[in-house]
Amino acid sequence: MMKLRDLAHARTGDKGNTSNISVIAHDPGDFAFLCEHVTADRVRAHFAGTVLGAVERYELPGLGALNFVLHEALGGGVTRSLSLDAHGKSLSGCLLELELPDPQRRSGP
Amino acid sequence: MQTVRIGSGAGYAGDRIEPAVELVERGDIAYLGFECLAERTIALAQQARLADPEGGFDPLLEARMRAVLPACACKHIRVITNMGAANPIGAARATARIARELGLAGLRIAAVTGDDVLAAVQAGDFPLLEREGTVAGLGEAVISANAYLGAAPIVAALRGGADVVITGRVADPALFLAPLVHEFGWAEDDWELMGKGTVVGHLLECAGQITGGYFADPGHKDVADLARLGFPLAEVAADGSAVITKAVGSGGQVSLPSCKEQLLYELHDPTRYLQPDVVADFSSVRLRPDGADRVAVSGGGGTERPETLKVSVGYLDSFVGEGQISYAGPGALARGRLALDIVRERLRLTGVRTSELRFDVIGWDAVHRGPAPDGPEPPEVRIRVAGRTETMAEAVRIGNEVETLYTNGPAGGGGAWKSARQVLAVVSTLIPRDAVRPALTWETA
Repeated sequence: MMKLRDLAHARTGDKGNTSNISVIAHDPGDFAFLCEHVTADRVRAHFAGTVLGAVERYELPGLGALNFVLHEALGGGVTRSLSLDAHGKSLSGCLLELELPDPQRRSGP
Repeated sequence: MQTVRIGSGAGYAGDRIEPAVELVERGDIAYLGFECLAERTIALAQQARLADPEGGFDPLLEARMRAVLPACACKHIRVITNMGAANPIGAARATARIARELGLAGLRIAAVTGDDVLAAVQAGDFPLLEREGTVAGLGEAVISANAYLGAAPIVAALRGGADVVITGRVADPALFLAPLVHEFGWAEDDWELMGKGTVVGHLLECAGQITGGYFADPGHKDVADLARLGFPLAEVAADGSAVITKAVGSGGQVSLPSCKEQLLYELHDPTRYLQPDVVADFSSVRLRPDGADRVAVSGGGGTERPETLKVSVGYLDSFVGEGQISYAGPGALARGRLALDIVRERLRLTGVRTSELRFDVIGWDAVHRGPAPDGPEPPEVRIRVAGRTETMAEAVRIGNEVETLYTNGPAGGGGAWKSARQVLAVVSTLIPRDAVRPALTWETA
């Protein structure tokens, strides 16, 4: 197994009670692999208990990136949340822990 | 090809000032934008203005203006900023005074007003976007209501000869879109160009976040010289394409990864980024390297602007009490958890009424979300209790119950800290565009 951090970098943004996390392939050649394995359902399961609403995924093949929108993810919103990290800035780092299968093609010649 | 060079001098109200000075002195820019107004900042500023009618603008306005105005005047760099917050006219007067003190007589400053729609939204039927209810239903708790204005009033100020334009609430990208519209004569219904200009504004508006700030991850994404992080500038062409770069010799980096992260920052549907000037489409944006610390931006577009403007409504919501204390050495995690259990029980025994309570172990599960940590126990932890109350008195008691752990709690608790504050929260509504009337007020130094 490998971590998402081995293939991608990420950044969190916030608007109200909604968080977005971009997941960007270091190598655009890994974009299809990320599309296959980093699904909205997996992200929602990863943040079970934190994200109370839906998770949407947008694909940006031209950038080799995915954009996840996490609804009801910020404890009622940045201005109200009791969380130490009210903006959810640290969510990107937490998502990079996601485990992925080792892509077999990486062991090729 | 003729280009306009626009610098970004701040990404939030408290941002560093020297990188803006560096852009003015060595960035060869024609415009300098300062984005200093987060969602809640204007509501806090309105509270400040209620206490002092001359106040209510950015507390760092004077320091920023003193730092950049002399060189800006000398080099004919025009300054555009939302540092007016809840009092753009007061900020313009203060800037005129500062300019006179700096010997810059004749400097022309325009204040943009019209974003304050408090009376309109309190009188009408304005449903909240985030939850049930209306603005009127929040009653006397409402402090402020400000509509997100677009680029048009800033363009009018530039056309009128303003050296400095000071706004309250405007869409952040509009601070940077406006000089493009002014310089290139873009039509305000040319959605393609307004979309491309919005892409540029979006990339610039958080200043250091595109030049290597909010980015470094040692071993994976290394960034040189973050203590001297340079702020970005864009060289923009009349067709809306641009190059993002920074002052030569400054710290940080402008790279494909840093630009991709900022392009997607705070974005939801990339094909529909709602702005007062356009519904921008970021999905077709392309980025390519263009030399050292230079990234070329092309593509992007947009469709017709929305008929409504977003309004941020600031209101007094509740009180939050908080306390923290640290434990170290073997068993620190268990002692921290015991401390949390004690505080939970104490709040119950002493009848502190809370509508929401949170118990964290900092260094273990406070900001870490996702599957529970399975690593070795940390050598130290800091516990944190935070709760929402209806009164300040009860909020204070939460911190007190953490502090009393010093003499009544687990072994070796140190460094207790507590706070209690009133929460000024923000919700949103929409207002018809034609109900909002931007206006300009002029001051001359």
